[in-house]
Amino acid sequence: MYYSILFYIFSFFVILSSIGVITSKNPVYCVLYLILAFINSAILFLFLNAEFLAMLLIVVYVGAVAVLFLFVVMMLNINIEEKKSKLLKFKPLSVILGSIILVEFLYFLIIDNSTLEKLSNTPNLEQKNNTISLGNILYTDFALLFQMCGVILLVAMIGAIVLTLRKRPGVKKQIIKNQVDTKKEDVIEVVSVKNNEGA
Amino acid sequence: MYNLIIFLPLIGAVLSWILGNRFSSIPTYIVSISCLFLSMIISWIAFYDIAILKNDFEGASLPWINSGEFRALWEFNFDTLSCVMFLVVNTVSAMVHLYSVGYMSHDKSKARFMAYLSFFTFAMLMLVSSNNLLQLFFGWEGVGVASYLLIGFWYNKKSATSAAVKAFLVNRVGDLGFILGLIFVYTYFDTIMFERIFELAPSMMDVSIVVFDNKLNVIELSCFLLFIGAMGKSAQLFLHTWLPDAMEGPTPVSALIHAATMVTAGVFMVCKLSPLFEYAPNVLTFITLIGALTALFASTIALTQFDIKRVIAYSTCSQLGYMFFAVGLSAYPAAMFHLTTHAFFKALLFLGAGSVIHGLSNEQDMRKMGGCFKKLPVTYILIWIGSLALAGIPFFAGYYSKDMILEVAFASDSQIGYFAFICGCLAAVLTAFYSWRLIYLTFHGDFKGNKSTYDKIHESPLVMLLPLFILAFGAVFSGWFFKEMFIGVNWDYFWSNSIFILTGNDAIYKAHSVPKWVKLLPIVLAIIGISIATVFYVLIPDLPSRVSKAFRVLYTLFYNKWYFDEIYNYLFVKPIKIFSVFCWNIIDKKIIDGIGPNGISSKVFSLSKISSKIHTGYVYHYSFSMFIGLALLTLILLYNLQVN
Amino acid sequence: MIEFFNLPILINHYLILSSLIFLLGVIGIFLNRKNVISILMSIELILLGVNINFIAFSYFSSDLTGQIFSLFILTVAAAEAAIGLAILVVYFRNKGTIDVKDINVLKG
Repeated sequence: MYYSILFYIFSFFVILSSIGVITSKNPVYCVLYLILAFINSAILFLFLNAEFLAMLLIVVYVGAVAVLFLFVVMMLNINIEEKKSKLLKFKPLSVILGSIILVEFLYFLIIDNSTLEKLSNTPNLEQKNNTISLGNILYTDFALLFQMCGVILLVAMIGAIVLTLRKRPGVKKQIIKNQVDTKKEDVIEVVSVKNNEGA
Repeated sequence: MYNLIIFLPLIGAVLSWILGNRFSSIPTYIVSISCLFLSMIISWIAFYDIAILKNDFEGASLPWINSGEFRALWEFNFDTLSCVMFLVVNTVSAMVHLYSVGYMSHDKSKARFMAYLSFFTFAMLMLVSSNNLLQLFFGWEGVGVASYLLIGFWYNKKSATSAAVKAFLVNRVGDLGFILGLIFVYTYFDTIMFERIFELAPSMMDVSIVVFDNKLNVIELSCFLLFIGAMGKSAQLFLHTWLPDAMEGPTPVSALIHAATMVTAGVFMVCKLSPLFEYAPNVLTFITLIGALTALFASTIALTQFDIKRVIAYSTCSQLGYMFFAVGLSAYPAAMFHLTTHAFFKALLFLGAGSVIHGLSNEQDMRKMGGCFKKLPVTYILIWIGSLALAGIPFFAGYYSKDMILEVAFASDSQIGYFAFICGCLAAVLTAFYSWRLIYLTFHGDFKGNKSTYDKIHESPLVMLLPLFILAFGAVFSGWFFKEMFIGVNWDYFWSNSIFILTGNDAIYKAHSVPKWVKLLPIVLAIIGISIATVFYVLIPDLPSRVSKAFRVLYTLFYNKWYFDEIYNYLFVKPIKIFSVFCWNIIDKKIIDGIGPNGISSKVFSLSKISSKIHTGYVYHYSFSMFIGLALLTLILLYNLQVN
Repeated sequence: MIEFFNLPILINHYLILSSLIFLLGVIGIFLNRKNVISILMSIELILLGVNINFIAFSYFSSDLTGQIFSLFILTVAAAEAAIGLAILVVYFRNKGTIDVKDINVLKG
């Protein structure tokens, strides 16, 4: 019983936060609403016996991606939208379209759920521990895909650095190559100095 | 071997065209003149062989059209009639080619001229050697095209191009009649080959069709239509308006085409189809009427014209009228004889006039000439010879042929024959008059131009005079030489089966036995004409102006060519022009182009302008359209699932 | 009311939830007139909805593949957010503004 109520409460919060993300005027509020949505959906994951993924959601999404968003929002100094947003102009059409698509999605759930009935309601998992079961198959059956994920992350890192790198003038740095390549003739000049005459 | 007669001019035309005159026109001249001379010599040989020795020669036969049940071949017929025409056409053409070397020496498109002349000769030879109606029509059209090209040779002159178009269009009216006649013949005779047609003609004599509740004889109808073609080609009464304007072309063109060859194509055609025309007596009467009227009418106009070439052009028109009324009286040999002699002396006259024009620095108006006979002696004598032949003075060529025709007219013993006789006699007087008028105005009296032109008058070079000598030889001797063959007692044997005369139409037989006064009348008429001209232009110089003022109405009528051009302009040209402009502006430009290319393109343009507004550049618009697409796709997917 | 809450949670509930979140993310892309960051955040919402979908299916069909796939989606989402933000920063450096209304160079 509680389980159902909890589900409804947390899903309600998720939807509320999502609406907040897209309708908020202050961009920092948008990011905060996003974080709220993530946390609530992590809790929903817990209901589905996916505790590892729930933690992963919080650590990666909230801890890294959302913080990155906040960094960028702060850096770009986006203005708070002051006048009334022009959402209202498009609202009717998008509401209609949204409801059409929603109905299409729900078609499979309510009218024609022949496929869904084949799924059992109380699944039977062998291992109660999500982490161990994930680990069992991640490094064996999906090892290649796991490596690919690593490559994707590497490429993303390099890409981000390449895109935003710029040389600032006036920054003193060591250029090892030039240091190693100096020759004696470039830096030393042998001068014979006469008596009492100096340089 | 005789097939070469027809194809040598074509080879000459193509080679002249290719050789061009970029570096030197000598090769072109050599090629074209040698081809023509060779063709001329072979045609003399052919004439001797086929017409005199009566050997048969099968011409070449090449396949042409083979479509369902309709078959046509390129066939060449070598009988007496064709050989006579070969002789005439090739001789005059070769002379004209040689003459053009001198006449066109200052022109910049000599090769084109020679190519066109040779092409014309080829088309004319195709016409006279054909064995079926379609090939004759091919030659017919070919000479029309060549005439257009040559009249408009100096295409930068607007008057020349308009004259060329006029010639072609008036010819076209005649050609329409010819085509209709051809179609009629094919429909009812089921063949276009002459031999078959002539065999079937007697049996088709009474076949008639019903058109608008009128019963029309088939042979009469087709002959009438074919004759309309001849009217157009030979510039007879109602379709004559192109001939004087055709003088815009260079003089050799006028000599070749409008004196000797193209305009005689009509006469040739009727003679060739004589087995058919003989069975259409009403059409023959009509031909006689038209011929007689033309003969008289053209000479009245020639009395008043001042352009030297126009006088000779109307003279041609008038002489063609003679030939046609001879044809109408079933005297085909007489018409062919007059055709031959006329070719020689008319070409001589034209080329002589060309010599005068060349010597007087391209002056063509006789009112600015006069008193040059001392400076142009040779030309003077040659034009005298030509005019004597034209007027019909005994021993010269024209005497025999013209005399024969008038005798035939008298002997035909029919109303139309007597009418033709009277017209012919009147025309003879007028012919002599205007020919000597031309001589006196051009060569006698005081020079009426400016002094610098007078000082520059020079006789033509030998290359121009040599053809004139040869033509003069023909003008003098051809009558006497061919008389016995063509119209003598044994003309039956000479023409054998190339001309056919029904037994009832025997005017040509009776012509030999007319009273003496009829035989002498033409001479008397010619002398009367010459004396009147002498009085008018030599003895009493102001008589012409007094007479023209006295008969002012007649004079204006004759001078303005009986207002034919103006009438045709009002009746036909203006309405058609208004209609064509209407078609062009409204139907073609507005409706068809508006709906078609222009309309579609402007529609596409405006539509694309509208649809390009979809590209706003905003990403959220694009994603919105993606969203719409997604909605639609899922709807379709669900619909399909629902249906299944 | 209590009977309503006594009904077990079927997969249908989770799928409805996930589609709602998905739709909200999609609507957020073309409904915003503010700035480009909103677009990126809406993309994160879309990915969140899809994640919930996968996890739900993995639970109800006793197959761990859904969770593995959700792991990969997480990875890719992180990488894509990083690159997206880097592009945004460079764009801001060049243009000076990230207002959506000013990005219409493709207009035609």
